[in-house]
Amino acid sequence: MWQAFRNTHHADGFEVVTVGLDTAGPEACRRFIEMAEPEHPSLIDEHHRVAELFGVVNIPNAVWIDEDGMIVRPAEAAPAPPSLKHLSSNIFADLTDVPERMQEIMGEAMQIRSSPGAYEAALLDWIEHGPDSDYAMSPDQVIERSRPRSADSARGAAHFEIATYLEQQGEHEAAIEHFRAAHELVPDNFSYRRQAWSLEPSVDGPLNRFWQGPLEGQEADWPYDGEWLQDVRAMGPANYYQPWEA
Amino acid sequence: MLSTEPSVATADFEQRTGWTFKPEGACKGDVCIPLAEAPGDTVDLATMAAAMQLPLLHDAEHGVWAIGPESVGGRTLTSAEAPELTLPTLDGEEFRLSSLRGKKVLLVAWAPY
Repeated sequence: MWQAFRNTHHADGFEVVTVGLDTAGPEACRRFIEMAEPEHPSLIDEHHRVAELFGVVNIPNAVWIDEDGMIVRPAEAAPAPPSLKHLSSNIFADLTDVPERMQEIMGEAMQIRSSPGAYEAALLDWIEHGPDSDYAMSPDQVIERSRPRSADSARGAAHFEIATYLEQQGEHEAAIEHFRAAHELVPDNFSYRRQAWSLEPSVDGPLNRFWQGPLEGQEADWPYDGEWLQDVRAMGPANYYQPWEA
Repeated sequence: MLSTEPSVATADFEQRTGWTFKPEGACKGDVCIPLAEAPGDTVDLATMAAAMQLPLLHDAEHGVWAIGPESVGGRTLTSAEAPELTLPTLDGEEFRLSSLRGKKVLLVAWAPY
C-alpha cells in the first residue's frame, strides 16, 4: 500500500518498512505482500514485538525513525496517503452474497475516522525538512507521547508472547488463557484482540480471518469476552483511532 | 522475551530486551537500573527480572518463560533511541532495522485479519 509513496521519496533518503503482525506466520501474510509487490523491507512479526518495543496498539500504526536511529514520532494511527491509488484489491469485491455479520462490520468500519490528509502532509514535511519539521518531536516529547505502560500492561505483553508461542506449538486451548490475560491487562491494544479472534474457527473462504467473532449458533463456545462488532460498538467507531495530533 | 530455558546467554538477553549491561547497571538510553552484581555469560531470568522489576511468567506445564517489558517510566518508550528490531522477511531472511541508519524510516504495522 505504501510502495508507490516510498518510490516517490526513496531518492530523498526515505525508506518504508512494513511489519505484518501475525502469529499464523508468513504464509498467512504472503498473498497480501505479493499483491503489494514491495521493494522495501517487508517483515513478519509473529509475536507482535512491535507492540512491546514501540507501543503499536492497532493497525495501521507507524513510527518515524530518523537517520541517527532516533524515534521522532512514536507509534500512532497511520492511514495510507489519500494520494495513493489503492492497488490492493478489495477482498470483498468478488463476493456476490456478503453475510449479514460482514455487512454490519463494514457498516461500523465506514464510521471509523482517521486523518489521511493531515498525516500525509506531516510525513511529507518531515521528509523535506527533517529535524526542522514541526512534526518531528524531541526525545522527551517522543517518550511522553508514547503509549502509557503500567506494571499490568507490561505483564500483559509477557502473557501475549506466551500465547503466541503456545499457539505455534499447537497448544491452542492453553494459548487462549494467555490471550485472555493479555486482553485484560492491555485493554488499549486492539491488535492483541484481533489476533486472538482471527485464530478461532471461522467461515470458509476469503472472509475467514475477518469474521472476528463467533459463528452463528456457536456463540456459547466463543472463548473471549469480546468480539469485533461488540467491542467496536462499545468504544464507538469514531474512537477506534486516537485523533491525529500534530 | 521468550525462553524455553530458565537462563539465557547475556548477549541474547541484551539483544532481545534492548537493555545493555554497563558498569552503572542495566541501561537503555539515559536510564540505568543499578544492579548489585553484573551478570556473567548467562542471565538467570528470575534473578534479573526481580532486580530490574520486569514481569516474568513461567508456564511450567509447557516449559516456557516470558519476560515482559519495563514499565519503569510509565511509558512504552524508556528512551527515544529506536530499539533494535530483528524480524524475518517472507522468505525467512533476518532483517535488522538498524541496517537503515542514514535514512528516514517509516515503520508501518499491518495485519492480514
